[in-house]
Amino acid sequence: MAFSSLNEFFAMGGHAVYVWAAWGVTALLMLVIVWHARQERRQLLHTVKRRVRREHAQRQSSPHAQPLQEPVTSAQKDVHHDA
Amino acid sequence: MWAFINKLRSPKWFYAISAKLQPFFWVAATLLLLVGTVWGLVFAPADYQQGNSFRIIYVHVPAAFLAQSIFVSMAVSGLVFMVWKIKVADMAATVMAPLGAAMTFVALFSGAVWGVPTWGTWWMWDARLTSMLILLFLYLGVIALRGAFSSRDSGSRAASVLAMVGVINIPIIKYSVDWWYTLHQPATFTITGRAAMTMDMWAPLLIMVLGFYSFFIALTLMRTRSEILRREANKRWVRELAEETN
Amino acid sequence: MHAPQGGLMVAIKATLKRDLTLMLRRRGEVLNPLVFFALVITLFPIGISPDPELLASIAPGLLWVAALLAALLSLDSLFRSDYDDGSLEQLLLAPQPLAALGLAKVAVHWLLTGLPLALMAPLLGIMLSLPAGSYAVLALSLALGTASLSLIGAIGAALTVGLARGGVLLSLLVLPLYIPVLIFGAGAVQAAIFGDGIAAHLAILGALLALALMLAPWAIAASLRISING
Repeated sequence: MAFSSLNEFFAMGGHAVYVWAAWGVTALLMLVIVWHARQERRQLLHTVKRRVRREHAQRQSSPHAQPLQEPVTSAQKDVHHDA
Repeated sequence: MWAFINKLRSPKWFYAISAKLQPFFWVAATLLLLVGTVWGLVFAPADYQQGNSFRIIYVHVPAAFLAQSIFVSMAVSGLVFMVWKIKVADMAATVMAPLGAAMTFVALFSGAVWGVPTWGTWWMWDARLTSMLILLFLYLGVIALRGAFSSRDSGSRAASVLAMVGVINIPIIKYSVDWWYTLHQPATFTITGRAAMTMDMWAPLLIMVLGFYSFFIALTLMRTRSEILRREANKRWVRELAEETN
Repeated sequence: MHAPQGGLMVAIKATLKRDLTLMLRRRGEVLNPLVFFALVITLFPIGISPDPELLASIAPGLLWVAALLAALLSLDSLFRSDYDDGSLEQLLLAPQPLAALGLAKVAVHWLLTGLPLALMAPLLGIMLSLPAGSYAVLALSLALGTASLSLIGAIGAALTVGLARGGVLLSLLVLPLYIPVLIFGAGAVQAAIFGDGIAAHLAILGALLALALMLAPWAIAASLRISING
């Protein structure tokens, strides 16, 4: 152990601000990145599911209608059409 | 090998196989980062000259390595996309860019913060930080270019070309900046350019580097899968998959 | 009336001639970068200090940065008017390799922007009290350097020619790639002032140009195809 007490550990020999700022920002950023990635996935699955349900409902109400074929939009970007 | 490349043409196949690979990399990342963090922060000795601020190395160096590696991966993915027309490669390149930019930022921030107790200043135009800053601009350029086209395919191809041009330039930029820096500051030492780091100082560093790389792979797999869902949302297999989830 | 002649050299010469003629007709496009260069150089003493000694110490960098920015600004004229009137599309359909024809266009661009910037720089050097003995190196480094800048910049111009507000994006894409040329170009002039290392800097500038000549034409061609077909 490089430190003899918890207080010493937090103090980092006077360099606390620097060490904890650097480590803190890094950890925070990585956690936010993971959270965002999971949120993105959840949102996409939710959007697709909602659309599938909507089309089922439409097909039930008008049996001869064709389902819509739009790609899924992500939260901020414009709609992109696959070639 | 060609069979593998042909399988890659199917996003559905990639989606299935990445589901099996993902957990391994998340577990690896978590374990390595935990062990590395505890070892680096608690057990590793402080540096003789820099004291405990030296511990910033355990996030700065892995982030810097990743920042450069991700750009190379992005360029290789772009090449695979342009040459073999594999969509998954482009999807991977799309999701790699923001993470690469984030890692570059982490390297810059941690490097700048490290500079305060070391050089007494919040920013120093040393070779490493300057190269990192330029790399950040390259990342932002690729991201901006991809988004500027109204056709996704054009944006993908443009971003691939730019990434490939960028990757050729990165060693040139690094060499030039190193030259420039030694010309103007011959006597300074770089923060991390130490001849001898004892084993108990660089072992946790190695573990952190491996942890960061595992994180990169795990996250890229996850976000590429999301990108597949986004782009292939019309396909039946995606719709069935969505219905199956709770 | 005789049958049209094919052949690579014919196509290249035709492209060179066409671009030269067109650009010389648009004299504004040729002069603007030069005026910009002079204006920017004027801004620095006003913004910093008229002290000749101070200016002399930063003159190499100032001259190089201002010339680099002027070169960047001139990139828009490389492909835009051809894109707008459809002649760029015609170029893509030509049987000759696009890389060669693109290279011809870039050569004309350099001849009418980069080279004039290099020749004008010593005049502006006088205004910044640039020390004697570095004027020739200034012009030479800029001549070599702007050639690389034209080639690298053409890649960016080709990628953004079809975009609505491509101008700002072009700067973001191209400036990081310009940095090695800047380092060795300004470095050459500084070496001339302090007495040694000129040859090394100029040699590296030459090597960068050689690399750009080998690789850029293909990137330019690929980028033009993306912009036209997209």
